[in-house]
Amino acid sequence: MNASLVIFLKEARENLRDKRTLINALLTGPLIGPLIFIMIVNIMISRELNQAEAPLELPVIGAAYAPNLIDALREQGFDPQPPVADPIAAVRNRDAAAVLRVPAGFGKSWGQGDPAQVEVYYDSSRRDTQQAVTRLRAMLENYARRTAGMRLIARGLSPALASPVVVDARDQSTPRSRAGALFSILPYFFVLTVFIGGMYLAVDLTAGERERQSLEPLFVNPVAPWRILIGKIAAICAFSVSSLLVCVAAFTVAARFIPTEKLGMDFGLGPAFALEVLVLMLPLVLLIAALQTLVAAFSKSYREAQTYLGLLMLVPVVPSVLLSILPIKTAAWMYTVPLLGQQVGITELLLGGAVTAAQVATCLVCGFAVAVLMLAITARVYASERLAISA
Amino acid sequence: MIQTENLRKAFGEVRAVDGVTFTARDGEITGLLGPNGAGKTTTLRMLYTLMRPDTGRVLVDGIDSGADPIAVRKRLGVLPDARGLYKRLTARENIDYFARLQGVPPAEATRRREALIEVLEMRDFADRHAEGFSQGQRVKTAIARALIHDPKNVLLDEPTNGLDVMATRRMRQFMRDLRAEGRCVLFSSHIMQEVAQLCDRIVVIAKGRVVADESPEDLRRHTGESNLEDAFVKIIGSAEGLAA
Repeated sequence: MNASLVIFLKEARENLRDKRTLINALLTGPLIGPLIFIMIVNIMISRELNQAEAPLELPVIGAAYAPNLIDALREQGFDPQPPVADPIAAVRNRDAAAVLRVPAGFGKSWGQGDPAQVEVYYDSSRRDTQQAVTRLRAMLENYARRTAGMRLIARGLSPALASPVVVDARDQSTPRSRAGALFSILPYFFVLTVFIGGMYLAVDLTAGERERQSLEPLFVNPVAPWRILIGKIAAICAFSVSSLLVCVAAFTVAARFIPTEKLGMDFGLGPAFALEVLVLMLPLVLLIAALQTLVAAFSKSYREAQTYLGLLMLVPVVPSVLLSILPIKTAAWMYTVPLLGQQVGITELLLGGAVTAAQVATCLVCGFAVAVLMLAITARVYASERLAISA
Repeated sequence: MIQTENLRKAFGEVRAVDGVTFTARDGEITGLLGPNGAGKTTTLRMLYTLMRPDTGRVLVDGIDSGADPIAVRKRLGVLPDARGLYKRLTARENIDYFARLQGVPPAEATRRREALIEVLEMRDFADRHAEGFSQGQRVKTAIARALIHDPKNVLLDEPTNGLDVMATRRMRQFMRDLRAEGRCVLFSSHIMQEVAQLCDRIVVIAKGRVVADESPEDLRRHTGESNLEDAFVKIIGSAEGLAA
């Protein structure tokens, strides 16, 4: 039997007997992403729904000075709350999302036909209050526009005079693309799963074996180091692919529990999507396994390897964050960069766009090229005489 | 047969092995004797091709280890200084793993394995997971897996290290059995009595050099000491005198 296959089978068997590895690779690793994801999305969706439909409840100071204004706001879904003593403190202390204040001179200015002022206190750095402030301002502007129109009509003029330009907003986002923006973090979860699924094995099979003093006896066998490496990498890949399969399956199931249709969104997390994700991720599986083994080979101990790999786990988050913060246009070259290619490709699939065969091929060829290079570097380290010897 | 010629190995400034030449013959037990840190383990590591010598060469049954390390490893059974087992595998599975890596045919491997389990008295724990093995059980398993391919040459790095009196006695008998089978047995030790009892030939190493290479009788005669321990001390002492 081929030596690499012997090593693969032994590593797989040994680690299948380890509960911690199994739980890590098949439960926590792949399921933590979907779970966190459902939670976040559900919270976001329910909050947006609440904010859009619920009456807008804000404290009003001096409501008595402008009863007509308040009535007009009420008609638009505003529910005035009792006044607060200090509007600035109320906003700063997060007691109120915003505070509306009608000054004492409001009635007088109104009567004279002067612009009558109302004050809206808010904190623009608080993202969660943005919607309340936007709604309040829209209501106020609506009332102002209506009143202006009535005044013009009273003077025998057309209200159209006051609106020389009318903006008609035509949002070109589709329900799918709105869901996609929400889902831009999803590719990171797939990468993370591959990372976690193989991490325990990668550490155990090199740094762990050395620490337990079984690497030196292993290297005394008449087997070339690169064959040993291939067997171990294959075992790591088997575990990380299993993780990925569980994760993709979990996302496909999880998608049914996200009430995206309430927001008028929808997305295609079907079998076709799952399959395309798996194909796109394949080069990363090998690349990450080789990289983890390389790090484990360089580490002096099991603990050191775990620490380094924990830090390394944060690297794949970079393209996800960059692409969700910076409005970078997807370009063809991105498919040539491992990680970035997967991020762009999977996001594109989520957005309802199609990834062409050429793009998939670019992603695979470049990804595997880098993975093989990484494997070659790791093989060199494996061939070094210091590798097997524990200090 | 194992021959070394002028082996040298340095780690940075430290010359761990500094010109070691000796021969270990078939049907003999050769002892590599030296104080801790003399370079025994490094020498053995070069013999079993884990390390490449800076200069010099190793011949195992006439094969140059630098030219064909894989062929050399097939002819060696090695109990290294590191003797870790796979704790989630049983003793039998640990042995089988090495049998497959050595390319021993399955039927042959099973026969050899059961024979070794018999000779090494491993029956009681052969199907237990290696986790929680005693030191003696670990060494026995490590020796069984090292000899599963029936190697002509056997290298043992401090084989009795950490064993109790009974286990040590059995280990020594086992080495005599290996000799009786016509194998070339080379082991390292820093225990004088052990070497005196077992060896046909003693290679004394101090500070990375061979300071004596002869039979125990010759060693006693040369040094004029009737007691081998005194001879050992005298040789290493005078060697240090020469080096200074």
